Amino acid sequence: MRPAHRSSCFPQLGLAACAIALALQPGCKPGGSSGGSGGANPRITIQNKGSDTMVNVAQVWAEEYKKIHPHVDVEVSGGGSGVGIAALIKGTIDLASTSRDMKAEEKALAKKNTGKEPREFVVGHDALVVYVHKDNPLAEITNEQLADIFAEGGKITKWSDLGVKLPADRDVIVRVSRQSSSGTYEFFREHVLNKRDFKLGSRDMNGSKEVVELVGLTMSAIGYSGLGYNEPGKVKMLKVSPKAGQPAIEPGVATTLSKQYPIARPLLLYTLGEPTGELKNYIDWILTDAGQQIVEKSGYVPLRAGTSKP
Amino acid sequence: MTEPNSATPAPPAFAVRAAKRAAWAVVGEKILEALVYLCGFSAIVFVLGIFLFVFKEAFPILANDNFSLTQFLFSPEWYPTSEVNKRYGVFAMIAGTCSVTVLAMVIAVPFGLGAAIYISEFCGHKTREILKIVIEFLAAVPSVVWGFIGLTVMSRLIVQYTGAPVGVNMLNGGIILALMCVPIIVSISEDALKAVPDSYREAAIALGVTRWQLVWRVLLPAAKNGLLAAVLLGVGRGVGETMAVLMATGHAVHIPNSVFDSVRTLTANIASELGEAPAGSDHYRVLFLIGVLLFTLTFAVNLIADTIVRGIRRK
Repeated sequence: MRPAHRSSCFPQLGLAACAIALALQPGCKPGGSSGGSGGANPRITIQNKGSDTMVNVAQVWAEEYKKIHPHVDVEVSGGGSGVGIAALIKGTIDLASTSRDMKAEEKALAKKNTGKEPREFVVGHDALVVYVHKDNPLAEITNEQLADIFAEGGKITKWSDLGVKLPADRDVIVRVSRQSSSGTYEFFREHVLNKRDFKLGSRDMNGSKEVVELVGLTMSAIGYSGLGYNEPGKVKMLKVSPKAGQPAIEPGVATTLSKQYPIARPLLLYTLGEPTGELKNYIDWILTDAGQQIVEKSGYVPLRAGTSKP
Repeated sequence: MTEPNSATPAPPAFAVRAAKRAAWAVVGEKILEALVYLCGFSAIVFVLGIFLFVFKEAFPILANDNFSLTQFLFSPEWYPTSEVNKRYGVFAMIAGTCSVTVLAMVIAVPFGLGAAIYISEFCGHKTREILKIVIEFLAAVPSVVWGFIGLTVMSRLIVQYTGAPVGVNMLNGGIILALMCVPIIVSISEDALKAVPDSYREAAIALGVTRWQLVWRVLLPAAKNGLLAAVLLGVGRGVGETMAVLMATGHAVHIPNSVFDSVRTLTANIASELGEAPAGSDHYRVLFLIGVLLFTLTFAVNLIADTIVRGIRRK
């Protein structure tokens, strides 16, 4: 009855191949010492699960890290921040990647279950981008308008309410949202809807990429997803202004780093307790320039400006 | 659903020969017999075990004061993770599951029965073999691939040809599900038609009927039970399918007004939310309660089918 993990609708073929390769090799959790195929160093597997927003960048981290440290395998899977946090609470993974903060009660639950306090690492930033179809004439939107479109009881249901002229049969706004295990979903609810609920009837996609995909196919759609999933030529990023009357800010690396863009958020990793051994090395490496360049190349915002200089 | 019949009296000739056999052969046979007996009953054990487990996980929510069964069954408001007001209503998803399944059957039954009739009665030997292989190949396509086709190919076609605002909707899910059900319906209906004795065909042809009259007046009534079983197995597949409908229907909590509306099914909802729900939380238990609901739904379908089949048999 219980799916081990929900497969993302666009299966990363690399991930599958990686899983097969791993299954053929003896693996062990950090701290264990069985197996061993690389001479002195025992083979180590780090389990990383969580955010769909971060699954691509986490995958590249894992691949690049393996080039430098061949005895360390990092297994990456998505499912949503909530799924990663649930697994961390159960103690079945080493590293949860999330695009939202762990709530106080989740931290308490993790402490109760595993006896260890979750430790948080900020590893990058993301601008939460509002996407529309490329042919939509709208260029900017305010936070209040977004809430009126997405929140329960919000009054905006048609593009004409926003002053946008689309063909008559495309006037009803098609809201594209995320499933409730998504960190992006929770972040949007907390910071744009002010903790109010979403209107029923939104199309709840199971991945960051699918949101952009569906918006690209649907002229009357509006949706939110990570900056790294932008597909120029299919969708358009809207400028967002924090309040009506204030200038709208374009989402991007610079505006996120300068904290001007109103709906930016940190990308986080959580471990159980203070990380040790290879897990600590892995996180330290992610925080170095090498790891941060991968963040920027994947379309997200690194911790420091200018890390991607050659 | 028949009980294994373990106490068949051995014919006398067999008994005489058995007396001469070695002791190990007799013991071996007893062991094998016990194994077969066990296999027969294992189905019942598994079904009961699954039902008990699912029910055990769901049960505590029924005793919870914040939860009302009426709201669960008849409210369309599904807010399991709300910070202000949690509401667990699955009515929209019941409507979603039923509507997508019915639509899929409306498409799949004529196609499936038609194909079965063609394969078993009209086409030549070579065409039959080719068609059967192709149709069985259709059954081997994994459901996530169907979902992918729905999400990318079908949704584009639907937007292009129907002018619907969104391509992922009930129609998309229905078509995908129909394609998945057709192979089952075809192979079981074909078996049912094959099982009609040739003497029926010969008698009918001797009376001078046309081929069409033969199919409509003789074969279909004679194979009624098997055909009904085929359709109901298709319904079972439709209600239980998860991945393809999750991707093709748009996954929106919404009671559909037309075939172009997005819907969410019960199965898709469980699949997308069980991973995040902390074990033992209200949300987790409600998801298991949806499982109990699905169980009841399929049980009802089977029961109705059984009653109908029995009714037909009695005539």
